[in-house]
Amino acid sequence: MNNRFKENIKKKSSSDSIIDKIMINAIRLFSFIVIIIFILILGKIFYEGIGVINWNFLTGIPKSDISKGGIGPAIFGTMAVSLIMLILAVPVGIFSAIYINEFAKDTFWLRLIRASVNSLAGVPSIVIGLFGFGFFVLFVGKSIDSILQTGMFFGQPAIIWASATLAVLVLPTIIVTTTEALNSIPLTFRQASLGLGASKWQTIRYVILPQARPGILTGVILALSRSIGETAPIMFLGSAFFLPNLPLAYLDLSFIQIPIINPADQFMHLAYHIFILSTQSSNPTLTEPFQYGTTLVLVVITLLLNLTAIIFRFRFRKINEVVKRNQ
Amino acid sequence: MKKYHSSYAKKRTFKSALVEKTVKYFFFLNGMISVLFLLLIILFLFKEAISAISGIGIAEFFKNVQWYPTSDAPRYSIIPLLYGTLLTAIPATIISSFLGIILGVYLSEIASGRTREIIKPFIEIFAGLPTVVIGFLILAVGSTFFQELFNTGTRLNALLAAFGLSIILIPTISSLTEDALRAVPDNLRMASYSLGINKFSTIRNVVIPAAISGVSAGIILGFGRAIGETMIVLMASGNAAELTLNLLHSVRTITATIAGELGEVAYGSPHYYSLFFIGTFLLIITFVINLISELIIARMRKKLKKMN
Repeated sequence: MNNRFKENIKKKSSSDSIIDKIMINAIRLFSFIVIIIFILILGKIFYEGIGVINWNFLTGIPKSDISKGGIGPAIFGTMAVSLIMLILAVPVGIFSAIYINEFAKDTFWLRLIRASVNSLAGVPSIVIGLFGFGFFVLFVGKSIDSILQTGMFFGQPAIIWASATLAVLVLPTIIVTTTEALNSIPLTFRQASLGLGASKWQTIRYVILPQARPGILTGVILALSRSIGETAPIMFLGSAFFLPNLPLAYLDLSFIQIPIINPADQFMHLAYHIFILSTQSSNPTLTEPFQYGTTLVLVVITLLLNLTAIIFRFRFRKINEVVKRNQ
Repeated sequence: MKKYHSSYAKKRTFKSALVEKTVKYFFFLNGMISVLFLLLIILFLFKEAISAISGIGIAEFFKNVQWYPTSDAPRYSIIPLLYGTLLTAIPATIISSFLGIILGVYLSEIASGRTREIIKPFIEIFAGLPTVVIGFLILAVGSTFFQELFNTGTRLNALLAAFGLSIILIPTISSLTEDALRAVPDNLRMASYSLGINKFSTIRNVVIPAAISGVSAGIILGFGRAIGETMIVLMASGNAAELTLNLLHSVRTITATIAGELGEVAYGSPHYYSLFFIGTFLLIITFVINLISELIIARMRKKLKKMN
């Protein structure tokens, strides 16, 4: 009896362990398949795109014969839109996070702000684009035009409205990451500063913000990378397929002319460029290498930004861990 | 001397109290900007959607099952677009739940610390890849490959769009699954092992049930993202507003309709307002989905607190 019982256990556990091994390895296998598909996707873009990358392609202006032209204005336009987006979104995002983490008590207002940030993060980008078109271009822009009597100057799609719309889109990203960064700073830092007689504002300004800088920077970089990759909202907010001139205006100081980004101009954009090239090309076999090349540029920019953000976050966590351990 | 000191201190406190108060209100006002824009989005979309309802009539959006906004007898039915949205989002969610959960389990329970540190950022990077890139790859590589594989009539179809969506959903679902599994306290695993239960059974019968709210929240969030995603479906679904349940037919989603038509529409026309109507519809759907997933996550946090 005892023997049979033992045998039973042995049998059961050995068949059990075989099934266990099979299932665990199946999980491994599927995970590797997914990862290999991801690697293949990146590899394909690099392999096909690297051939057309040269100085002329990166800086040249687009020509009707695509093999002679470049994507310089598209890169410039992407950077211009993102720069203005950052100017609009970053201060508001950081200040909001400071309010949420440093000032707010658990009141109605804090809950309202938190709920709004969460909801705003969940709004689909196309809906934000729709809002941007209806609100910024047709409502705000047209109102400015009728007040300033500028005709059809502001009330049309332009860099400033694309940037403003993208700013609304990335605001939750910046707020959430900055709040996390502020929240991860040990309470003892605040106590030490307040104990020395510093006011709350001085504590924030001289202790918390410098300490949270890498964490805040992570949020800014993530926001930047997200805005560069968003295509849907900017499609009807002033991105154009073919603009040989850069969207610049010249600030005339009589002795020197300083070029600045003209926020009322239309612009070329890498993501939109890829969309148009791949959907409305008349000769796909000829333009395909250049489609891959443009895609490669966009992918490399976003990959580098995301990688930087990951490294920053990793280092930031390590620093805070060390601080906490030494206490 | 003493007097001077106290008046100085008083002056200083008064001034700094003023600064402190101003600073606080300044930050508060910045915090309210998110609230303001959320309200503006809701108000503005609803306003235009109501114009659509009063101009076209709400019944028009739900009968006739055709979307022909530019024909002589325009039809504005949202039904085919809704079919298209679900026909791409549901298969995408199924595929990426399956693979995403497996990947999450692998990262949390099986992979060694070193492997995880390499693979996790790599997958996180994919969650941030521009969707237009995936749309482009599907047009350039996927569609022909797919057509030969399934021998479909149309080069672009709902299933192809679903595969494209899966590429961005897998990272979302896998990282949320991993977070949920890692939040499960280790003593549950140890208790299971000490009863002689092997690893896979422990994962299936102990760890995943304990983390099920987090995992399902990830799936629901993924579904919400699939419904709201624009570029992939715009480029890969074929954009024919057809009422079909066949995955190998071309479909047109709500998002792709807005993206494709807003650029050419005349301001103030019924077509313009109808795009805002379907946009409002989309906003409500995603809002409800996000709310559900947030409630589930909140419940999970409570449950885990109890466990600890």
